[in-house]
Amino acid sequence: MANFFDQIDRWGGLIWQATIETFQMVSISLIISIIIGLPLGILLVITRPNKSYNNKFIYQSLNIVINIIRSIPFIILLFTLLPFTRFIVGTSMGVRGVILPLVVFTAPYIARLMESALLEVDRGVLEAYEAMGIKTRDIIWHVMVREARPSIILGITIAVIGLIGATAMAGLVGAGGLGDVAYRFGHLRYEPEVMYVTIIILIIIIQAIQSIGNVLASRAKKD
Amino acid sequence: MIELKNVTKKFESKKKGHAILALKNVNLTVNQGEIFGVIGYSGAGKSTLVRCVNFLEKPSSGEVIVNGQTLGKLTNDQLRQARQNIGMIFQGFNLLKTANVYDNIAIPLKLTGIPASEIKARVEKYLNIVGLSDKKYVFPNQLSGGQKQRVAIARALSHEPDILLSDEATSALDPETTDSILNLLLKINREFGITILLITHEMHVIQKICDRVAVMENGEIIEQGNVIDVYSDPQTTTTERFVSSIFPSDIPNEIIEELAQRGPIIQLTFVGESADQPALSMLAKKFDIHSNILSGNIVQLKDRPFGKLTAHIQGTKAETDKALHYLIEQGVKVSEVKVNG
Repeated sequence: MANFFDQIDRWGGLIWQATIETFQMVSISLIISIIIGLPLGILLVITRPNKSYNNKFIYQSLNIVINIIRSIPFIILLFTLLPFTRFIVGTSMGVRGVILPLVVFTAPYIARLMESALLEVDRGVLEAYEAMGIKTRDIIWHVMVREARPSIILGITIAVIGLIGATAMAGLVGAGGLGDVAYRFGHLRYEPEVMYVTIIILIIIIQAIQSIGNVLASRAKKD
Repeated sequence: MIELKNVTKKFESKKKGHAILALKNVNLTVNQGEIFGVIGYSGAGKSTLVRCVNFLEKPSSGEVIVNGQTLGKLTNDQLRQARQNIGMIFQGFNLLKTANVYDNIAIPLKLTGIPASEIKARVEKYLNIVGLSDKKYVFPNQLSGGQKQRVAIARALSHEPDILLSDEATSALDPETTDSILNLLLKINREFGITILLITHEMHVIQKICDRVAVMENGEIIEQGNVIDVYSDPQTTTTERFVSSIFPSDIPNEIIEELAQRGPIIQLTFVGESADQPALSMLAKKFDIHSNILSGNIVQLKDRPFGKLTAHIQGTKAETDKALHYLIEQGVKVSEVKVNG
């Protein structure tokens, strides 16, 4: 038992700091990714053939770009984007340096998740609103996005979990976070306890996020 | 009120050069204040027709004139304005699942620019009319089909339109609920003078509330007129099939064959006042014949009785001929029943 408290004394501050960093990375890049991904998802749905703003060019090019980004594993994307990140953000280190690659990785993913969520919305309801003489942009926001909320929440939950996985890799470019701690101390310095603790923390975080996501989604469903 | 002039709608199919003609040169006029029904089997083009009236489907050619406005000539903004004056209800209700009854009516009002102060009053008023004031904060999935359709009707009425389009609004409902929704539509028509154009595949709907009817087949209107005229004197086999669907009294061929040897089997159609004349018993008194009723039925059209009676007349040829002649003179429509092909 004494050993356990010794461990906490020794590593507690470090792990706490890393948890905070992970939360920072996840929340900042999540918000930016949603701001980019949700409109892209909407665009993918409404420019689809036979939809309100049917536009083959936008739809196809968006499709291709998203597919290209989604085919690159995050670790490779991270290194590929290093010069670009340095140019845009001024640094490629720390939490600040890793937000851009995380967003580039997550936004297209969210766009796809939003696309599938929005496609589930009953076409008849959209039509009923069109028949009432309501503006298309109002229909998109007040009907399509509103009705898709439960699926949107579940989609974002999936994205957050993917994002947490990605932040672990971001440790490799010196971004900090739980993944970084686990890798540096657990792997490079042979301190397996630290690795186990971070793994347990990650498991708890993921479980909590999924449960919260499920609860929020079922509340939004109104069943 | 609603006028369709030579409306044609072509759907391009995926294979180039193959087009499906959903509507062929349809001409239709719906007068102010009436309930006009379009009936046809599925695939006849009824749905396309009703969707052309608010331009959910744009006709390939022809004109749609609603309230004096030619919809094809309007800008997008004008079309939206015009649509706000045309309510529509659907077979699938099409309510927001994530909003309660109140919001389902209030949200579209807000989005069409009704001032917030007026929204509450309107929601309450129209929920009251459809009889759902106590369900204000209930979500659609807790409502029955009939209640959902009532919410949809309240939603349509809350925009205070001149016209209500109904796309198979009762087709997903059981017979009892169908009747209550039809009564509601009739009430709306009478109290607010809203013109209703409805499509259906159920003869019952036409019979109960429609003033005039059009029968559709293969994208064309094959017959139209006052319900009573079309019912009592169908010109096409499709219409005849629809009419006979409300008189389920097919007499087996064997019986017809056997009886026909001893005198004609006749079907008498009574419309309005003639429906309550004791025609057959008069016949037996005036002529030397015996009549034997095989089947009979009387239904109430919107506001007039409409009956059919099938009887076997026994007697000498001369007497039965005289008897039939007498019936025709009395204004009863007589037709001889033959063996069904």
